[in-house]
Amino acid sequence: MATTIALNMPRTQPSLARIYFNEVRFELLKLSRNRSYLFSMIGFPVVFYLLFGVTNKASVFQGHTIARYLLAGYACFGAMGSSLFGIGAGLALERGHGWLEMKRASPMPAAAYLLAKLCVSITFAVGITILLMILGTAMAGVHITIIEALRLLSVIAAGVVPFASLGLVIGLLMPSNAAPGVINLIYLPLSFCGGLWMPIEALPHWLQQIAHGLPSFWFARLALGSLGYSSSSALLAWALLAFYTVVFLLAAAFIFRRQEAQA
Amino acid sequence: MIASLRSVSKRFGQQVALDRLSLELRRGEVVALLGPNGAGKTTAVRLLLGLSQATSGEVRIFGGNPRDRASRLRLGAMLQVGRMPETLRVREHLQLFSSYYANPRPLAELLAVAGLEGLEEKLFGTLSGGQKQRVLFALALCGDPDLICLDEPTLGMDVEARRAMWEQVRKLAARGKTILLTTHYLEEADALASRIVVIQRGKVIAEGTPQELKTADGSRSIRCTTSLRASFVSALPGVTNVEQEGNIMLVRTHTPEAVLRTMLEHDDALSGLEVRAAALEDAFLALTNNTTAAVQ
Repeated sequence: MATTIALNMPRTQPSLARIYFNEVRFELLKLSRNRSYLFSMIGFPVVFYLLFGVTNKASVFQGHTIARYLLAGYACFGAMGSSLFGIGAGLALERGHGWLEMKRASPMPAAAYLLAKLCVSITFAVGITILLMILGTAMAGVHITIIEALRLLSVIAAGVVPFASLGLVIGLLMPSNAAPGVINLIYLPLSFCGGLWMPIEALPHWLQQIAHGLPSFWFARLALGSLGYSSSSALLAWALLAFYTVVFLLAAAFIFRRQEAQA
Repeated sequence: MIASLRSVSKRFGQQVALDRLSLELRRGEVVALLGPNGAGKTTAVRLLLGLSQATSGEVRIFGGNPRDRASRLRLGAMLQVGRMPETLRVREHLQLFSSYYANPRPLAELLAVAGLEGLEEKLFGTLSGGQKQRVLFALALCGDPDLICLDEPTLGMDVEARRAMWEQVRKLAARGKTILLTTHYLEEADALASRIVVIQRGKVIAEGTPQELKTADGSRSIRCTTSLRASFVSALPGVTNVEQEGNIMLVRTHTPEAVLRTMLEHDDALSGLEVRAAALEDAFLALTNNTTAAVQ
């Protein structure tokens, strides 16, 4: 019988590419069917942009309109939200209710699980940015060149990585019911102090000092830079974001090891 | 040898979850792991699945480390999952898990085995508790594994669904698959297991076929309607336990004949007499010294 022969033979390895592809595909499908996730992830940046960006289309800041400034800011806001909630809250939920154990006991490579969540956060972040660009050009008279649009989209896509890493830390630490609240406590101050909602120059001086230590500030600098605002060094911003990523990933690895030893 | 734990200990700080526990799983066996809550069943299963690491001792599956992908390709696990992604359809969940294996079982076959026909297009979140359990069962079988770990597989299932799953477990064993089962339902262990391993405080305290365990202490249960007082009967030689509810009495004894003779001599009206071998439950309770649970 075929099964008897197969029983003592090592199994053939499946195609890794197919596993990664499926993991991304179903993660995307899972989240895009989740209405409350969609509503808050896409809804908040879009509504805020309509309220504060589109209505302020006449105001000018540093030679460009406020609507253009806020396009970069809310694109960062959307990217941070999709990575912090998609990964942080998603992981906390799947870890807390035993689903992660099922996945870990399967032959799925752990990297596929994490990479799928990262890819989906990037997809949402890019999608939100495109939506904001359409709204900006159509309703607020924002003018951006193709090159600027592509530069902004690349900054947004790459900028997801440090926040996805922070999401990983939160998802590992927080119980599933506390995760969304904790994420908001981190997400909203990071957004405000990073100058995502209004020009950083409008904030009190001491808050500007704090802002320089936040990953959201440097993310926003890069996004604004792609639209011609910020003159600060892009290299420094990338280096700091890379530094944050490494710190968060090391923290996540440490927490995971410690939890595993206690499990 | 399919899998083994050799003198495995697991400590969490000061607490000892497993204490030099050894367990071997052979081809085609259905082994039930029984024990009171906190005995170390889950810890043993998690070690076998490579989800946690032993403090000392050796865990092997298919001659390798349980953490190797090669081992996991031949392993299926059905764990207790409170919530899993609810916005994926049954079919999609199965497709994803099937993609982890080079030669997965065909979807139609999985649906049939787990009793999910007609539910494949349903979102997971809309399923009943028993149906969700069946999806988890199907996920464990996606790769047609040689070793299957089932942790409380029939929790929340109705009698019919439970029997259907038992039937599938028997079929798997008949195909040479090895099954490790942890369950709270002693009836389930009795119905399925070719071998039962009872663990308590991280140690194996008894091991054998259901029949061997039931007859291990050689005791019988006597059930009858009698006016005799419990204190009188429990003082008789060979009586290990007496329970009384109204005028119905349940006596556990190693010497049923002698005990009955005395009882009949002292109560002419004794009626409704029934003598039977101990059930697995009695054996289990006797082993774990947890007799109070039987009264409650």
